[in-house]
Amino acid sequence: MSNKMHIKMTVNGKAEEFLAEPRELLIYTLRERLNVTGPHIGCETSHCGACTVTLNGKSVKACTLFVAQADGAELTTIEGLGTPDSLHVLQEAFREHHGLQCGYCTPGMITRASKLLEENPTPTEEEVRFGMAGNMCRCTGYQNIVKSILAAAAEMNAAKEAAQ
Amino acid sequence: MIPAPFDYYRPSDLDGVIALLQEHGDEARVLAGGHSLIPMMKLRMADVPHLIDLQGIDSLRAINVTGTRVTIGAMVTQHDLIDSAELSSAAPILRETALQIADPQVRYMGTVGGNVANGDPGNDMPGLMQCLDAQLHLIGPDGERSIAARDYYEAAYMTAREDDEVLTAISFDAQPGGYAYEKQKRKIGDYATAAAAVTIQKSGGSVAAASIAMTNLSDTPVWSEAAGAALVGTACDAGAIKAAVAAMLGDIDPTEDNRGPVAFKRHVAGVILTRAITRAWDRA
Repeated sequence: MSNKMHIKMTVNGKAEEFLAEPRELLIYTLRERLNVTGPHIGCETSHCGACTVTLNGKSVKACTLFVAQADGAELTTIEGLGTPDSLHVLQEAFREHHGLQCGYCTPGMITRASKLLEENPTPTEEEVRFGMAGNMCRCTGYQNIVKSILAAAAEMNAAKEAAQ
Repeated sequence: MIPAPFDYYRPSDLDGVIALLQEHGDEARVLAGGHSLIPMMKLRMADVPHLIDLQGIDSLRAINVTGTRVTIGAMVTQHDLIDSAELSSAAPILRETALQIADPQVRYMGTVGGNVANGDPGNDMPGLMQCLDAQLHLIGPDGERSIAARDYYEAAYMTAREDDEVLTAISFDAQPGGYAYEKQKRKIGDYATAAAAVTIQKSGGSVAAASIAMTNLSDTPVWSEAAGAALVGTACDAGAIKAAVAAMLGDIDPTEDNRGPVAFKRHVAGVILTRAITRAWDRA
């Protein structure tokens, strides 16, 4: 029944074009079709946020979008935020402040945190906790994730000031 | 996790949407933010052979505040709503409510119209819209019509919307005065155990007008006319609030689920409404 669609999207700056069934969930497009396996799947009820990516400037759960909806979209995943040789400030802060253990929630956490700090560069602890509430973690108890994000915010603001 | 196959459409105007709905009847559904529909499709609880995405229709994203009249396009997201200084100033209860809905990611996608049209008694916006006496604007093959939010909800997932109609906008007169949306929930992102939307206008130290609606305490949202009436003319003291709570309890009909038994929900409804009235009165 369902016809394949010709889909175009940009993922971490790279143009992608392929045929896909409209029902393909975006998380599977990323992981299985494009081999972008940082975003994870932790649930099937849209709660955990392990699949969080940035789509056209919004933090979204890639398990709750069809590839058809993302036709024409621009996506950033954890792979697009930094490289092993040149970590994103948030990646460095999560390492420094022990903001991860098993690492399964981390790609979603950091991708979401990057958008949170873009919208609110100087969040309070409470704002970080509320702004990250769509992302669950089984290992850390959140405390060090909050520390990591606050530290990254301070670092980014200091860098901004130094640049001025 | 794996939805059944469907054909996907992204029309650029409402005529295109209506034509598709007419062509495919109840085999077609519109897709707004997708954050109730897609989860249901993943569990195969919703079977939608023809999915009509509304994201290409810009007119559905308009926010308009003219004097006290507020009109919100159905595709305005919860995030847009929270982010709109104009809306937050005209009707701050919208922002207060939206911040208690779901989580950041869901709020970037989930829309006001989807929340209102969905028909799940767990959604928060329906009770709010009843409290505000909002009008819901629908378009179908025979043209446009409006229906009061207070008349829209018939039962769980049963609303006054016909299969070939689309909710395009919501409008209401923003009232000056106090407001509160108070919600008891088990955790972030949960639907309410009990929630109350309250607006109060004050005049000379007493309540001039009040409107009260309750969320997730029946198979529809509940606008309790009697609860609002119990406050009017009083100084909103403890006795008056008690009378309003008693009136509200006569209008709700909660059922037992994981959020608790009926007696507990009725207790929580009273606590939540007392808090909401108190806060709305403080702000009035």
